[in-house]
Amino acid sequence: MYLLAIDLWFILEKAILIASIIGLSFFIAMYTTLAERKVAGWMQDRHGPNRAGPFGIFQPLADGGKLFFKEEIIPLAANRSLFLLGPGLAMITSLVTSTVIPWGAPVVTANGTIPLQVADVDMGILIVFSVVSIGVYGIMIGGWASNNKFSLIAAIRGASQMVSYELPMGLALIAVLFTTGSLKMSEIVASQAANGWHVIYQPLGFIIFFICALAECNRTPFDLPEAENELNFGYHQEYSSMKLGFYLFAEYINMFVSSAVISTLYFGGYDIPFVNEAAWGLQPWLLSAISFGVLMAKIAFFLFVFIWIRWTIPRFRYDQLMNLGWKKLIPLALVNMIITMAVMLWLKK
Amino acid sequence: MNIIELLFGTLSVLAIFSALMLVTSKNPVYSVLWLIVTFFAISGHYILLNAQFLAIVNIIVYAGAIMVLFLFVIMLMNLNKETEPQKNRWLKLAGAVAGGCLLLVLVAALKDVDSKKPENFALLNGGNTGLIKNLGKELFTTYVVPFEISSVLFLSAMIGAVVLGKKEKQNEAAH
Repeated sequence: MYLLAIDLWFILEKAILIASIIGLSFFIAMYTTLAERKVAGWMQDRHGPNRAGPFGIFQPLADGGKLFFKEEIIPLAANRSLFLLGPGLAMITSLVTSTVIPWGAPVVTANGTIPLQVADVDMGILIVFSVVSIGVYGIMIGGWASNNKFSLIAAIRGASQMVSYELPMGLALIAVLFTTGSLKMSEIVASQAANGWHVIYQPLGFIIFFICALAECNRTPFDLPEAENELNFGYHQEYSSMKLGFYLFAEYINMFVSSAVISTLYFGGYDIPFVNEAAWGLQPWLLSAISFGVLMAKIAFFLFVFIWIRWTIPRFRYDQLMNLGWKKLIPLALVNMIITMAVMLWLKK
Repeated sequence: MNIIELLFGTLSVLAIFSALMLVTSKNPVYSVLWLIVTFFAISGHYILLNAQFLAIVNIIVYAGAIMVLFLFVIMLMNLNKETEPQKNRWLKLAGAVAGGCLLLVLVAALKDVDSKKPENFALLNGGNTGLIKNLGKELFTTYVVPFEISSVLFLSAMIGAVVLGKKEKQNEAAH
């Protein structure tokens, strides 16, 4: 089936994969909002939402429905086109990163293998990085177009925070790339399955990367763009209805995707720990399903850590945030890089 | 018409259209956003030439970092239609002449190229020079001297920025 020299079956396969990944991201993000409120409840010795359905499991549906049916207000003084563009950009950039993540071991069928990854490109991890670097625009455009001073200040804060924390993130990444020797996500996972997880070789790099991921997702203790006590409501103050929902939702999808990236880079991705799964002699699709489940378990753990940190640690002051990023994390990441280089030279790898 | 020609046409139209919008927009924020679209279109062209590293770095550095700083300045100074300085006619003429000179140089450089020779073709959807491994090897062997010199240039620019940024504080302390 060829038209315009495109393999249409290939397009169909990828379209199904993309649709299911987007659906999965929305589903997980929905239930992360519930998990957030439940965990907050437990940590503060109360029940959390428990009215909609058993244990409150329909609460995210109720919240989503409420956001859809609320009145939509676009301020008169706002820049209309950019005001509409902002939430869409935030959503797109948070979803695009998931294209290069390998979600499970490739499924081997009689007609060839189907990788559970939308695009296994040569630049894998750099694509994640480039999408993170343009993720700033959703916040900046939304904050500026609202024509509100609080929104603008929050947007500027958010953007400068994200630009600052990209640097240590990149430097921590370089050390991972040294040990793997490839930018392909599939090869990063394969090398960890063979030689052990990167978190063992790169504990400092992992901590730096994790802190930067918190900052890039605008999560506590780095949620300065949404500092209610200083900025009313932050960059999405003028937004209402589902446009506000998009901004709030994009944060949870960001959390999900960055948990997936952390698991892939430092915790072996879909690799099943402590066992040699190839020796089990299982059906390939079953093995793929198990490896997908293992990745999901790792992601769920990191989502819990994200929530745990939010309800434990208070927010940083703005100068503390900048000091931590520029004066502590960047030198630490540089030291980490140099140590990795020296050890690799010493071991003559 | 194959898929690469189709992509090339689409990307070229997008690049030229967004560049024109960048120049003609009255609102500087729109100009910056159109410039970002232009960078994306150019990155698409790099990918068609299989220069993947260049394409991604173009997005990370230009679209992701430098344009953010542009937006910063424009948003903080609240530049818009009303505050745009009206340049006089002579300045506009000078700008047109300067742009025309650049066009002339480009045309002069390209007019003698023999489009029949195969070595003058850009490698579309092939060639491995743009992949990170080959690019890194070339940079650190054949072109190591210019590479190091440009890195020294970057270092001096960085030190200059730090010195300029610090000066103000010392002055404040002296007052």
